[in-house]
Amino acid sequence: MRDVRVQREAFDPGVELARLEALGGGAVASFTGLVRGDGGMIEMTLDHYPAMTLAALERIAADAERRWPLLGTIVVHRVGPLEPGDRIVFVGAASSRRAAALEACAFLIDWLKTKAPFWKRERFVDGRACWVEAKADDEAAAERWGS
Amino acid sequence: MDILYFAWVREAIGRDAETVDPPVGVETIADLLDWLAARGGGYAEAFEDRKRLRAAIDQDFVGLDAVIAGAREIAIFPPVTGG
Repeated sequence: MRDVRVQREAFDPGVELARLEALGGGAVASFTGLVRGDGGMIEMTLDHYPAMTLAALERIAADAERRWPLLGTIVVHRVGPLEPGDRIVFVGAASSRRAAALEACAFLIDWLKTKAPFWKRERFVDGRACWVEAKADDEAAAERWGS
Repeated sequence: MDILYFAWVREAIGRDAETVDPPVGVETIADLLDWLAARGGGYAEAFEDRKRLRAAIDQDFVGLDAVIAGAREIAIFPPVTGG
């Protein structure tokens, strides 16, 4: 099972986890990313490349399936305006092996951060707005999985 | 060919897409950026620091040295920041 989505609406991690659990593998790992309100940030807007985004996420999920014995993967990424505390991304992997589920989950979020066409713009309480800069840490995290 | 711009590249240029017909000699993405930057204004500003730019040809990430012959859709954007 592979489910990859890009959506404006909120998602429920519990629902996604239950779908992975229902695959019967006995091991489910997930990561949920939330919007932080650091430094007076009041709104984050997610821009993306609609013609490319889903295909990029599909490639990342398919790559995870090639590397680990997985029963299912779910990737959900929100776009549009978000507020601090909102969930922005969910990745989950189900397997019959604990290590496979955990490693695949880390791989999914590391590659999503560097290989899917999303851009974050932040707006602050004092009126400033800026595009988030890519982090070298994210690049290093993605590179540990090879290519 | 169509060119799409995203994030601050789009804001600097002031448009999200355009159709262009580059002259002979514009062979790579980098050449295309040089040619567009010569228009000045937001183009020159957006394309000044190549280290801050990434590209895709027909929805696949490529390096700025990628050849654009046969491309239908080229996208120019900053390093991605999703997740």
